[in-house]
Amino acid sequence: MTTAVITGIGVAAPNGAGTENFWAATLRGESGIGPVRRFDARGYPARLGGEIDDFDPAEHLPHRLLPQTDRMTQLALTASAWALADAGVEPGTYDPGETGVTMAGAFGGFEYGQRELENLWRSGPERVSVYMSFAWFYAVNTGQLSIRHAMRGPAGVVVGDQAGGLDAVAQARRNIRKGARLMLSGGFDSSFCPYGWVARISDGTLSTDEDPRTAYLPFDRRARGQVPGEGGAVLVVEEAAAARRRGTRIYGEIAGYAATFDAAARYGGERGLGRAVEAALADAGVTAREVGVVFADGSGWPADDRAEAETIAAVFGPQGVPVTVPKTMTGRMSSGGAPVDLAGALLAMRDGLIPPTVNVRTVAPGARLDLVTGVPRPWQPGPALVLARGRGGFNSAMVLRPGTAAPGRTGAAGVTGREIPTRSGGKRHAADDTVGPGGDHA
Amino acid sequence: MVITGLGVVAPGGVGTKAFWHLITAGRTATRPITAFDAAAFRSRIAAEVDFEPAQADLSHRERRRLDRAAQFALVATREAIADSGLEPDRFDPTRVGVSLGTAVGATCNLESEYLALSDTGRDWVLDHRYASPHLYDYFMPGSMAAEIAAECNAQGPATVVSAGCTSGLDAVGHAADLLREGAADVMVTGGTDAPISPITVACFDAIRATSPSNDDAAHALRPFDRTRNGFVLGEGAATLVLETEEHARARGARIYAEIAGFASRSNAYHMTGLRPDGAEMAAAITAALAESRRSPQSVDYVNAHGTATKQNDRHETAALKRALGPHAYRTPVSSIKSMIGHSLGAIGSIEIAACTLAVDQGVVPPTANLREPDPELDLDYVPLHAREQRLDTVLSVGSGFGGFQSAIVLTRLGTGPA
Repeated sequence: MTTAVITGIGVAAPNGAGTENFWAATLRGESGIGPVRRFDARGYPARLGGEIDDFDPAEHLPHRLLPQTDRMTQLALTASAWALADAGVEPGTYDPGETGVTMAGAFGGFEYGQRELENLWRSGPERVSVYMSFAWFYAVNTGQLSIRHAMRGPAGVVVGDQAGGLDAVAQARRNIRKGARLMLSGGFDSSFCPYGWVARISDGTLSTDEDPRTAYLPFDRRARGQVPGEGGAVLVVEEAAAARRRGTRIYGEIAGYAATFDAAARYGGERGLGRAVEAALADAGVTAREVGVVFADGSGWPADDRAEAETIAAVFGPQGVPVTVPKTMTGRMSSGGAPVDLAGALLAMRDGLIPPTVNVRTVAPGARLDLVTGVPRPWQPGPALVLARGRGGFNSAMVLRPGTAAPGRTGAAGVTGREIPTRSGGKRHAADDTVGPGGDHA
Repeated sequence: MVITGLGVVAPGGVGTKAFWHLITAGRTATRPITAFDAAAFRSRIAAEVDFEPAQADLSHRERRRLDRAAQFALVATREAIADSGLEPDRFDPTRVGVSLGTAVGATCNLESEYLALSDTGRDWVLDHRYASPHLYDYFMPGSMAAEIAAECNAQGPATVVSAGCTSGLDAVGHAADLLREGAADVMVTGGTDAPISPITVACFDAIRATSPSNDDAAHALRPFDRTRNGFVLGEGAATLVLETEEHARARGARIYAEIAGFASRSNAYHMTGLRPDGAEMAAAITAALAESRRSPQSVDYVNAHGTATKQNDRHETAALKRALGPHAYRTPVSSIKSMIGHSLGAIGSIEIAACTLAVDQGVVPPTANLREPDPELDLDYVPLHAREQRLDTVLSVGSGFGGFQSAIVLTRLGTGPA
């Protein structure tokens, strides 16, 4: 069957806008979580979030696009240009009809939406923007990206909360298999506005902790909820043979994928994550033993964490595989979270370093996980499993396999103990403070 | 991939029978808006569903928990499951999935919640103490797929597809894709939207996409007519039970029709505008026919997008000529939106339900309100009256904001290439 590979990455995350900014911060263990500043959050029971501070859309986008786009679209448009530049794709590389876009969203552009609701109800229908009909809706990023990059092939949009981010990339692979040569895919969410915030609070899953270092602690004994983040990633997904012909670097292959839904309580409530993992591994033709790292969903709620830890232990054995949650540095970015994890997994393959889970110290009793905490861990790159779960019962799992370096480029795959830039400007070797299997929490 | 169950909630009456009766009779369900006081708006008409949640057998909790769009989807799904004869304890739930289309999700509740939270628009910083405990579900419309999955005991892949006005068509196409690649044996699929709320009406007012024919609501949506002046907002839902032929045969299910091919394309042109040549819609039609292994000449009927905007009807006519060649002139093309309005993310699946019944019953539903042909539009748009005709291959197309162009092919089982 046609192989789909990833050749370009564009990330905009709270701990770094721009793929290398994000990745350097992630390897340094630098978190983008802090008090929310975009609006006055003082009156809300949860006040921490992962906001992207170093992003001014006017620096990246034509000014005519600014009044017609929500922030999450501005982020997606910018990251898509980064991803295409990273892949070395230019106008003319492919016929526009062979290129398409499948993006995930969970909330739409609701900062824009809230402003226009206010215009309607304060000032009347004639004050509603002519752009409102499409600026807020869930399909907007696929539409805007396809226009911006003149991609006239397959188009799609999925909404499955956090899991949607993987479902969209799976849809890109499906379209490659159906004949497209290049797909842009991923997910973005923001809605860092009072309405978006109140909606998240109503869910009851946000952490009310005021300390950014302890508010979101997936798998930790002290776990007490989630912290939202804004952002996401765009990936360039290409048909493997076409990518090889043009001699571009291949980060990795989308080797396997599956999605399941938890049984409703009235039907026994059985969780579906384990089935998704098994089916994704089978789809990839990869055994559990071969998997080198798991990017966990890491809900931050003890019951969800326990279920995920049990699933991972059941498939890979106790402490059977390194597990990480770099989302501890970004917060949970809704449909953007899993695409950023895919990006993280691909960069981990490139650099031979598994990014850490920060702030987590004492893994909850019974969670038999080899959690990569504190600092990056060198690894011999192999297949990576990325998990994402959405509220209501969505489970998605994707397996990535390392790619091959293009001729003439030094592939870092397989290199371990790479130097990591530290915040102070000095260097240290990752191997020096690696948490071994079992780690400091065993 | 065969269709074994149908459920419809459409303007003019809840249930598949009422829907089919309305559209084959050529009657229209467009009328002055009753959902709210629309006096301040340019377009004050809509095709509303007379929907009484209690009569639709929704429990008190379902009525409290679910947005109107989710209620529509649930009612349509219950009808479709009953129609298909699937019994929850007689299938493998891990092999059943959900693919639900919606363009604007829980818009009604998002707006009414906003009014409470903001004190009718006064405050930017909203008061969370007034929030419904279900607000997150309204905010993240994937919750509607979750609701349907829980209803059907579906434990396979579940998702919402939200590609604007092609959502309902794309959701069914996505379901067919998942069956084809073996991810499930049964997909419960369709679309829903309940967009008749002030903010949505204001959105379409702002770009003058909706008809201002407020004084003649019943004849306001006039696809392909010289006097057409925009669409009329509608609402509703349709659910299809789609399964592999093998699975349907094994359980002895009645088979309405087959979903033989699907494709979607972007026009990469404009968020609300259409390129006049219809090239991308034509590309979607060509790809869907190729996947169906049918020739353009085999198409017996086209269910059009037919929104009655100046631009759409020209674009679509050009696309059909481009994709079907001279055969386009011999093919009946009709828009059922003329009767039930444009229900955004629902209409694509309601139209597939219409196509399914058209194949099953051998009837082409008409384009209502088409009295003055537009000399620029020269296909056979089936004005006013339904036609009896055997249909083996039917094409349904959709087009939406964001540039989405989609096409799906339904066939009578046992016809065409083996």
